[in-house]
Amino acid sequence: MNSKTEELLRIVADWKGIPDNTAYNIREDTGCAGRHSTEHVKIESKTDKPGIDIRVLPGTKGEMVYIPACVTHSGVDDLVYNDFYIGEGADVTIVAGCGVHSEGEEEAKHNGIHRFFLDKGARVLYLEKHVGTGGGTGGRVINPVTDATLAEGAYMEMNTTQIGGVDSTIRKTTAVLGKDARMVVKEKLLTEGVQTAESDFVITLEGENSGAHLISRSVAKQHSRQLFRSRLIGEAACSGHSECDAIIMDEGEVSAIPELTAHNVDAALIHEAAIGKIAGEQLTKLMTLGLTEKQAEQKIIEGFLK
Amino acid sequence: MLELRDISFSVADAQRTGRDILDGINLTVGDNQFVVITGPNGGGKSTLAKIIMGIEKPTAGRILFDGEDITDLSVTERAKRGIAYAFQQPVRFKGLTVGDLVGLAAGKELGRGELCDYLTEVGLCARDYIDRDVNASLSGGEIKRIEIAMALARGAKLTLFDEPEAGIDLWSFNHLIAVFQKLRRRTRGTSLIISHQERILDIADEIVVLAAGRIAARGRKDEVLPKLLETGSSVNFCEGRMEVQG
Repeated sequence: MNSKTEELLRIVADWKGIPDNTAYNIREDTGCAGRHSTEHVKIESKTDKPGIDIRVLPGTKGEMVYIPACVTHSGVDDLVYNDFYIGEGADVTIVAGCGVHSEGEEEAKHNGIHRFFLDKGARVLYLEKHVGTGGGTGGRVINPVTDATLAEGAYMEMNTTQIGGVDSTIRKTTAVLGKDARMVVKEKLLTEGVQTAESDFVITLEGENSGAHLISRSVAKQHSRQLFRSRLIGEAACSGHSECDAIIMDEGEVSAIPELTAHNVDAALIHEAAIGKIAGEQLTKLMTLGLTEKQAEQKIIEGFLK
Repeated sequence: MLELRDISFSVADAQRTGRDILDGINLTVGDNQFVVITGPNGGGKSTLAKIIMGIEKPTAGRILFDGEDITDLSVTERAKRGIAYAFQQPVRFKGLTVGDLVGLAAGKELGRGELCDYLTEVGLCARDYIDRDVNASLSGGEIKRIEIAMALARGAKLTLFDEPEAGIDLWSFNHLIAVFQKLRRRTRGTSLIISHQERILDIADEIVVLAAGRIAARGRKDEVLPKLLETGSSVNFCEGRMEVQG
């Protein structure tokens, strides 16, 4: 593992060195920089395309799985397919995350396509953090695709954060929820400079009593642009809620395009969206506590994206 | 500690003629005083508080704080010199918690114990609040109490309270009076409180009546209070200045 990878891992996966008896696979510049399976979590390479299969055995409780990916120099165009099979009743935390570093003129790019198959009653907390570093003129690009299928009573929480330095990102998330399944998505995005970010969520509430809760908070600074699309589709008696809350600063632009489709009279779907600059009274309040305007702005954004 | 010299504030109205909100206010407030500013709505009380904090700039006049002319200082600079301000309508934040804000007010990292002390003081069960966002999920009374807890945490030389009773339910109000009584007893700074409440007027060292942008009356509570009370709630100060003999 090179030092740049270690640095990126610390940012995206709170990496503190190789953990004891924990399943992990570290992807570095399209190769593998380390892998470990445990008794309950098996990681194997795919034979037909780049990527891995992660199998969590039924009933596995409380294990962590690390599968971060790093691109440490420009001129790399990484494409990887990772499939997660989560056995019945398992309850695990999966830490993904991707860091791309570019010092040169060519792009550093990571496309990660993650599919999740959650068996009955399985629970997954999926943490995904993206960051770009380095001063190269080559773009830092991360295009994650997440596709989840939740069987009866399964639960998935996805916390996805892009904390800066990524020049371009297109983030696609799709999910199909069975009976009594629930999905919670929390997205946090910060763009600056001339960065662009697109998020696209399609969640289909197929099973009776399924539920989805999608919260996106974003900040667009300087000349950056963001596009947020969400589609909630209710096929049964279900509940779906999506909210997009964006702060725009300088010349930043945000579009929010929500879509709700109900194919069942008992589908209860709600969308909320709000875009605006930081309220002047919020700045004033923090300034009365002794913060400068810049410090106040920083504090408000930090809290908003916390 | 605070001296207002000929403070005026006017705004352009629809006819583009200036309308005076404050008209030549002269007021000196000493150290460790508990002063209540009262008077009819629209009389300029909140504007005066905002001018002292620096949120509004006076059209004319000077503000001195501990002998220093602070008229041209920013809100931040005034806060650093020891002026605190509790808003009439507290501001809500998405993502900042009660603990974050009280910590910022104290200007240092607070332990959970210290945070709890400030919240307990305003009658909130700290455990339930420290990690809560100061957002729309808090009731008017809750957020008002948090605002006051922040003012206490600042421990400033001069604290401005703009209608601390506004939006507070009866139970909270009784508690609020107790908070102010306590604040007054162990006073280490000056409090300037805008209020209509008799029970707050009752604990003032001095009462200032502001009406139609002017100081209509000023004096110790035993001088001003009887006159205020005998005129009832529909007091009309528009006739001009009401002089109170000592």
